[in-house]
Amino acid sequence: MSPADSDRTFRHFDQELGAVRELLLTMASQAEEQVRAALTAVKHRDAQAAIHTIEADHKIDALEIEIEERAISLLARQQPMAVDLRMLVAILKISNDVERVGDHAVNIAQCARRLAEAFPIASLDEFDTMAEDATGMLRDAISAFVDQDPDKARAVLLRDDKVDRSNDAVFRVMLALMAENANAIVPGLQMMLVARNLERVADLATNLAEDVIYIVEARTIKHHIADHELEGEHDQ
Amino acid sequence: MATILVTAGGNAALETRDVSVFYGSNEAIKQVSFEIPRNKVVALIGPSGCGKSTLLRCFNRMNDLVPSARVAGEVLFQGEDLYGDHVDPVEVRRRIGMVFQKPNPFPKSIYDNVAFGPKINGIDGDIDAIVEQSLHQAALWDEVKDRLGDSALELSGGQQQRLCIARALAVTPEILLMDEPASALDPIATAKIEELIHQLVADYTIVIVTHNMQQAARVSDYTAYLYLGELIEYNDTNTIFTAPAEKHTEDYVTGRFG
Repeated sequence: MSPADSDRTFRHFDQELGAVRELLLTMASQAEEQVRAALTAVKHRDAQAAIHTIEADHKIDALEIEIEERAISLLARQQPMAVDLRMLVAILKISNDVERVGDHAVNIAQCARRLAEAFPIASLDEFDTMAEDATGMLRDAISAFVDQDPDKARAVLLRDDKVDRSNDAVFRVMLALMAENANAIVPGLQMMLVARNLERVADLATNLAEDVIYIVEARTIKHHIADHELEGEHDQ
Repeated sequence: MATILVTAGGNAALETRDVSVFYGSNEAIKQVSFEIPRNKVVALIGPSGCGKSTLLRCFNRMNDLVPSARVAGEVLFQGEDLYGDHVDPVEVRRRIGMVFQKPNPFPKSIYDNVAFGPKINGIDGDIDAIVEQSLHQAALWDEVKDRLGDSALELSGGQQQRLCIARALAVTPEILLMDEPASALDPIATAKIEELIHQLVADYTIVIVTHNMQQAARVSDYTAYLYLGELIEYNDTNTIFTAPAEKHTEDYVTGRFG
């Protein structure tokens, strides 16, 4: 009850913004967990786990709506400026992207259900690497947001091409497998879909990392506008 | 057609029933009925001349001081009509305090400004403690604790306004009325007053009149929009500023008129 007891300027707005950030982190962690759970279901041909993942998606959807409502309320009522404004706008974009990550987890889980009933195919190193890379990018992008660390965010951006290449590799291997063996057509197509969804997860992790750079540095690094700058900074 | 979506659910600090205020034959407030929930901040907004200050002044009988003013209807405070025959307006103003647009400290010491109310109200007890607590509550203590004997007029405008809030709090009111409390202050002093409002609402009910819509959006829980003496919309502040029910309210908050 006596704010003057502290030298720190207390801002009601900081408290509100902090609460919305916390919600976004909860949502992002849940989405990351959903992707991992869906991939585990693929690996273990576990239809039950896949169904569980599909059913849990509504929690992420509900969080997105709550974050959106609270962010809009803060924009309307607190008239944030500069870094506060960038943070709120980025929170809106990120929550939208994270919700999409959740949808990709559902898509992967649906593939896992079909794979559980399909002709078993051998596991593929390229796919395992891709899964690890894409989920790692998501984890690190979230971490860059938590720490508001643009260097960490830039490191995430540089990993997207590798995931794209892995996606192409999985595609080619599956095509070859399907050409050889008709039994592999159904599971092969499902694995292509899983890889395609993972590639999208990595893209969304890239968006998140770009948003972190926007919040901290007020710079737009997307659509390869500043590729030369990225390379310049990291080739030294 | 008015939209009135805020109810106090039996926990009203104030309630008006068909309140009209006349200045001579001019009806400045037209049959306003609404409830102000306890421990909330309610903002009254609207273009100049809409009656928001007039309505605020009904809540502690300040309109009594305007000779041509006449109030009709009921203003209920703890179930009792403030305009009832046996009600003492001085007691009303002790329990429902007011802070004005321009800081108006007495030409006395900082200490005496705050101690004045408790003393003339014959409050027994430790006046020093009341002064200290009131200054703490008004977020001014740290800035003045070493110079309580200095003249209040030496304080900055923002400090003077917080001193006036401390002075109002010293007589332990239940409701604080604020009439444009920050309009004479710079942005930093304004931000301090707004933070203070967020703190005070834990212990008090606050009704604030402001011509600054953004301020109403920042500090209030509920907002009442008035136009030409009529209550057009009374809604939670979020709704007023993101999706008002009345087209008239939307035109005002989006700056299309007023």
